[in-house]
Amino acid sequence: MTPHPALETSPLLGKLSLGALPLHEPILVATFIVVAIGGLALVGAITKYRLWGYLWKEWFTTVDHKRIGIMYMILGLIMFLRGFADAIMMRLQQAMAFGGSEGYLPAHHYDQVFTAHGVIMIFFVAMPFITGLMNYIVPLQIGARDVSFPFLNNFSFWMTAAGAVLCMISLFVGEFAQTGWLAYPPLSGIAYSPNVGVDYYIWSLQIAGVGTTLSGINLIVTMLKLRAPGMRLMKMPVFTWTSLCANILIVATFPVLTATLALLTLDRYVGTNFFTNDFGGSPMMYVNLIWIWGHPEVYILILPLFGVFSEVTSTFSGKRLFGYTSMVYATVCITILSYIVWLHHFFTMGSGASVNSFFGITTMVISIPTGAKLFNWLFTMYRGRIRFELPMMWTVAFMLTFVVGGMTGVLLAVPPADFVLHNSLFLVAHFHNVIIGGVLFGLFAAINYWWPKAFGFKLDIFWGKVSFWCWVVGFWLAFMPLYILGLMGVTRRMRVFDDPSLQIWFLVAGVGAAVIAVGIAAMLIQFAVSIWRRNQLRDETGDPWDGRTLEWATSSPPPDYNFAFTPVIHDLDAWHDMKRRGHERPVKGFRDIHMPANTGTGIVLAGISLVLGFALVWHIWWLAGASFVALVGAAIAHTFNYRRELDIPAATVAAVEEARTRQLAAAGV
Amino acid sequence: MPQKLSRSNARFRPLALLGLLPLLAGCDLVVLDPAGDVARQQGNLILISTGLMLLIIVPVMILTVVFAWRYRAANKEATYKPDWDHSTQLELVIWAAPLLIIICLGALTWVATHLLDPYRPLARIAPGQAVSAAVEPVEVQVVALDWKWLFIYPKQGIASVNELALPTHRPVRFRISSSSVMNSFYIPALAGQIYAMPGMETKLHGVFNKTGEFSGFSANYSGAGFSDMRFAVKSLSDSDFSAWVAATKAGGGTLDRSAYLKLEKPSEKVPAQRFAAVEPQLFDAIVNMCVEPGKMCMHDMMSIDAAGGAGVAGLGNVRSLTYDKFAARGTGAGYWGRRYVGALCSAPPAASADRPDARAADLTPLTGAGLPRPAPTMAAFGARPAPSPQS
Repeated sequence: MTPHPALETSPLLGKLSLGALPLHEPILVATFIVVAIGGLALVGAITKYRLWGYLWKEWFTTVDHKRIGIMYMILGLIMFLRGFADAIMMRLQQAMAFGGSEGYLPAHHYDQVFTAHGVIMIFFVAMPFITGLMNYIVPLQIGARDVSFPFLNNFSFWMTAAGAVLCMISLFVGEFAQTGWLAYPPLSGIAYSPNVGVDYYIWSLQIAGVGTTLSGINLIVTMLKLRAPGMRLMKMPVFTWTSLCANILIVATFPVLTATLALLTLDRYVGTNFFTNDFGGSPMMYVNLIWIWGHPEVYILILPLFGVFSEVTSTFSGKRLFGYTSMVYATVCITILSYIVWLHHFFTMGSGASVNSFFGITTMVISIPTGAKLFNWLFTMYRGRIRFELPMMWTVAFMLTFVVGGMTGVLLAVPPADFVLHNSLFLVAHFHNVIIGGVLFGLFAAINYWWPKAFGFKLDIFWGKVSFWCWVVGFWLAFMPLYILGLMGVTRRMRVFDDPSLQIWFLVAGVGAAVIAVGIAAMLIQFAVSIWRRNQLRDETGDPWDGRTLEWATSSPPPDYNFAFTPVIHDLDAWHDMKRRGHERPVKGFRDIHMPANTGTGIVLAGISLVLGFALVWHIWWLAGASFVALVGAAIAHTFNYRRELDIPAATVAAVEEARTRQLAAAGV
Repeated sequence: MPQKLSRSNARFRPLALLGLLPLLAGCDLVVLDPAGDVARQQGNLILISTGLMLLIIVPVMILTVVFAWRYRAANKEATYKPDWDHSTQLELVIWAAPLLIIICLGALTWVATHLLDPYRPLARIAPGQAVSAAVEPVEVQVVALDWKWLFIYPKQGIASVNELALPTHRPVRFRISSSSVMNSFYIPALAGQIYAMPGMETKLHGVFNKTGEFSGFSANYSGAGFSDMRFAVKSLSDSDFSAWVAATKAGGGTLDRSAYLKLEKPSEKVPAQRFAAVEPQLFDAIVNMCVEPGKMCMHDMMSIDAAGGAGVAGLGNVRSLTYDKFAARGTGAGYWGRRYVGALCSAPPAASADRPDARAADLTPLTGAGLPRPAPTMAAFGARPAPSPQS
């Protein structure tokens, strides 16, 4: 039953030994072989086409917010495939394990799968996606040339990536946590999780958390300090507003996560008793702390997408956003309220009725500004000319899906209802309803909307529609059965079931997951086909959707410096306003543009952090010490790097802008 | 324009789901159709709240579909006002409408949360049927173990594992704890869940209104054996319950401290098991994490600490106490080994019956802390004023 005794430690390799390789798990061995072959093929191709220098110079060491944004999106996409593979494994296990069948996954594996699914989807899929999106779009929307701290931006990305890599290493070396995605103690304490799974969890989140927090600070400063002249706060595009609020939440709450995990680390590594059963330790304190971070976290994820929906609705309705001011205030209300609702995640932990009702009611109050937002989108569509391009399709699907998730969320905020639905599959259906229906649909809207800006050509519509329909239908098929199962009293994280009457619903949910898989495949095909047919799909204007905000004022993809001249803002929809007033693109009088220079320090520091994290997971103390010294040393060495800036000469700017002029003329604009 | 709408199949999908509703009739929605009064009120609350929210959700969904269709770019007849972006009246409506719904729902929440507080002794056993003062609730002490459930009946002096028998129509008072990690004690047919946590005690009240066999389980993931941490719940008539107690007593087996320590070790898929006798105070020892002989109980530790602690001199004397047993899940000795504190003398913990929470139930209807009690009864919840006022 518990065949995993505590590992012996050696001075050289710590707890690490050959036994840590999961050679006895055929699923993992096969996965490893596939990953290894794929990885080797990739490395081989890069080497064959001599791309290493290009990748290093143009991408890995870049401080350009646009490229970093794209790298974040690629990281999110790769991790999404891993997270989704976990989801499929769970669906398969739960559809099989009935009537005495144990399914195909033993507890030790299954429990890692659901933990990894949650951790990866939140920290290494949703977070990189939204950070990448904000990174790419925000500076363009406010007329800036880059973020405030470009090197920090590169460093943040690589720290996030290092966290993701450490998490992925756990798949093939050792194990991941078997605790659920928030690793509640005492289960995650050293007494009940003595092996390295929880340590992988802790260190991958801590490393990635450094990146997230720094990138939050970076974007806040960017939005506050680098806006184009004339863009007062109440003239900022809504996406920038929601990003500002999301980043404020990041900066305010991620330190709580860091501190909470640090306390858990102390419990596990040096024998303190913050969250143990002993000596006045309180696991309930951990549950409170982790949700003080965890609830704002879901608003960190959804707020930027609310901004996306606002931009998309306004653009494709050909109309100013209805109720901009109330939209901004609604966003700020949500930001503030998101701090005072955390206890609704554990009404069942024995708080008194007054405490429970307080947190239940504050939770419901959040639905008021959220509802106001929905109405604002509705009345933006009202008396508009709606073009149902892919981004708008995703937006309408979001509106119809998200209200259901919102409703079940408010239902779960009623404490007596939560007592019967807490931890049930109803809950699982609810948060997938809002995260898929809100965050993912929003991301897909955003990707389809801004892809032409990033690459200069639109995405293929046919495969986009296939993907859209598979996702929407698959979502409803996969999660409606879970709502029903929740009402049948089925709890989550179950590996096997007794009651055969439940099986049909799990089968339906499994079919839904398969339909979603087709949707994902269609999306990958959509990307491939679009790249293949990029010349037919090319957009020369830089403004393929008749956009309204500043990012559409520049070329697609934008030049390194974004704008040759910083625009002056007079109206909320700055670009729409410029077009209407007959804005003339400046074609001469260019000057040198001062830009930050690339640096490899970010990837070096993150690489060393990864080694440090690995050493700490396996208790390889000499390596941990050495890499810590190296980390500090490399950071100090970087302060002696004086080649941090460069000037793009006016002649280069003039040449780039001249090419753009010819391009626009050819397109007949 | 419904015939037009049907063409926009994209937006009708959620409504099509209503077609699935008949399918639901075939399955056992125990949360909405339970066998106990508390769970029934909770289930009803789900339906009431959902209805209340649908008042706004349905119009929003319909408007979304209607606007999406009516203002499609191809429809050149529809009004197009590209610069219209503000209307004070509309803004008032879109903030006020959700606000009103939430005010109603918030009031409902406040009342229902207090009324259905799991710690609150029951005031009624069914709609219109107040608990009579003469009826004493059945007390069951529940301990979540790795990975099975222990039920101790202190009055009857018996215990069972993975089998819970309860008399119908009698209020039940659960005192709940855990031996190692967090679990959640949940019998959907009876009442909502509450966490079972080591070193702590939570409470839950419920009553069965029907006889029958139901199931209970842990609703909070607790490790490898979690999935099979299920138990049978038997709701029995008074005579059947007495017979069950008698059979248990006749069946032999004693649950003393050493038997508990053996039982506590991790095991999965444990068949139901009964004990004819239980060591008194075992549950209190479990909550105080001092079942192992010679180990200091938490209440002792706390009373020493409350008196200022044993001081520096105590450090040598009071060797550290580690409850989290590194061997508990077969994981070896761990870092610190097993160390014990010699128990110190102190007052024994109050017997269950004397504890403050064992007071007679306050049966008057509640509206919330600090609010005056209303004159009319809470018809919506069927609570009735009852004789015994609280001190």
